[in-house]
Amino acid sequence: MPESEGDASSAALAPGTLQRLRDLRSRYPVARSAVLPALWVVQDELGYLPPWSEELVAEELGLLPGDVAAVSSFYSMYFQHQAGRHFVQVCQNVSCALRGADDLLAGLREWLQADEEGASPDGAFTLEGTVECLGACGGGPMMQVDRYSYEDLTVDSAREILERVRGSAGGGAGA
Amino acid sequence: MPDGLVLTRHQGAPGLHTLDGYRKVGGYQGLARALEMGPEAIVAEVKASGLRGRGGAAFPTGTKWGFLPQGVFPRYLAVNADESEPGCFKDRVLIEEYPHQLLEGVLIAAFALQASHAFIYIRGEYRQQRELLEQVVREAYRAKLAGKRILGSDFGCEVVVHGGAGAYICGEETALLDSLEGRRGQPRLKPPFPAVKGLYGQPTVVNNVETLSNLPYIVTAGGAAYAALGTEASPGTRLFCVSGHVERPGTFEVPMGRTTFRDLLGLAGGVWRGRRFKAMQPGGGSMQVLGPQHLDVPLDFKAVADAGSSLGAGALVVMDETACMVEVSRRLVDFYRHESCGKCVPCREGTYFESQLMHRLEEGRATAEELATLADICAGMDGRCFCPLGDTATWFVMSAYRMFKDEFDAHVGAGHCPVRARLGAAA
Repeated sequence: MPESEGDASSAALAPGTLQRLRDLRSRYPVARSAVLPALWVVQDELGYLPPWSEELVAEELGLLPGDVAAVSSFYSMYFQHQAGRHFVQVCQNVSCALRGADDLLAGLREWLQADEEGASPDGAFTLEGTVECLGACGGGPMMQVDRYSYEDLTVDSAREILERVRGSAGGGAGA
Repeated sequence: MPDGLVLTRHQGAPGLHTLDGYRKVGGYQGLARALEMGPEAIVAEVKASGLRGRGGAAFPTGTKWGFLPQGVFPRYLAVNADESEPGCFKDRVLIEEYPHQLLEGVLIAAFALQASHAFIYIRGEYRQQRELLEQVVREAYRAKLAGKRILGSDFGCEVVVHGGAGAYICGEETALLDSLEGRRGQPRLKPPFPAVKGLYGQPTVVNNVETLSNLPYIVTAGGAAYAALGTEASPGTRLFCVSGHVERPGTFEVPMGRTTFRDLLGLAGGVWRGRRFKAMQPGGGSMQVLGPQHLDVPLDFKAVADAGSSLGAGALVVMDETACMVEVSRRLVDFYRHESCGKCVPCREGTYFESQLMHRLEEGRATAEELATLADICAGMDGRCFCPLGDTATWFVMSAYRMFKDEFDAHVGAGHCPVRARLGAAA
């Protein structure tokens, strides 16, 4: 990638973010342990992890860019591309499926007019149905919107929730 | 406080997630007691309690602690809050409702092990819960319950809450350590076990959230009192998750050994919609299926093993007569395929083959010859994978194939799912 893009990096982050990365580094006996938390800080701010941000994290932690890219590409919650403002995960594992998760996912996909990547045309949502068990099996079918779980859903109740969320500020995966 | 309960004995007490609320029910008295007892006495109580790991492997906790080599420092405690076994949501409940109880357990264990750091590794999806734990840890630092010179003693321990980012494999203890070191979460070769060479190559104990949440009770009431709540072979209590086709899914703390699957089903309101019970998975997505003939089996490690399954992570998934065992198997196989870390061939390729086959079978497109390869694929995986993920990716599907062979066979060449078709005809 062109070097100029790397130069644009620090300026593209909020003042104080670099300091937060350095604070994270000092929490661990070995700096490399701060990779996952550092990537979260950057993704919370940017909504995804552009290559320059990974290089920045590598530089802060004394690693090679490849070390960081190897990590960010392994974990499914790190986005390599800009996603919708809100990340909607619909659990499809057994406990939820037994209580109607297929219908919930299909209903939301149709209503959101989500494309193959799960993106809604207005950029408000990214819908994901291939997720780990989301650990809310007592309330299936369920969805997680950004950091919040919503349980015992129907397509209608889920639509109402997403309508409410649509206008609010975003945060990407888990934020 | 209700008799016979440990983890949920303070249920309903106001403000339990705050330090003040937890202190009002006696919180952190266990830690104070532990600091007086000293590490060796705590380990002895934990051994006497018979507590076994609640993450799925059921290894005796006191024995695990005993593997730490003498005199080697620094040592670390890693708390496994990477709960993601399909059907399992008890650690979420323990974190959301009793976060200080967990932290007290973490500090007691850290003192018993003389660990300089405790890392709470929590799955990325539990973002809200991660932030709650961070807040609880901050409160504890302010109250001198964590950090240097805890409660005025010579013991200090740094507590760090560490968020994962979406990888089921990080629940495997050595993959968790690699992830905590800032690498891809892939399992390590054992031995050396983490107790000898764990985080940063130092002696490390990895314990599950529920395991540690029992410690405040054990040091306060004593190991023998804890053990007596269950039976000799299966001591103590356990927080079981019940989900699927039941009236009231949820978590229920019950005594081990004295409770049966039927009791647990009853606590969850029975099979929903007046339907008939068909099958259950007693220990989460990794464990073998059991049928109606097993409902009176007690929640005892050996009794469940004799029935051909395991209590695993303590998650009971109930299926009524409308559930298609091929579909359930396919979902689980897809899950393992997605979560395979790719490190070893039998798991990476085997889960792919399993998944392809199960999709074709579910859609009624597989031939009898194809179905016959299922046992071969699974035999090539079970016991031959680098870590338990690949092994357990075969357990449900193979046990379901044995118990519901007619249902699997009926899918062969049917052109559709016969279970669904029958339901459609009945509706």
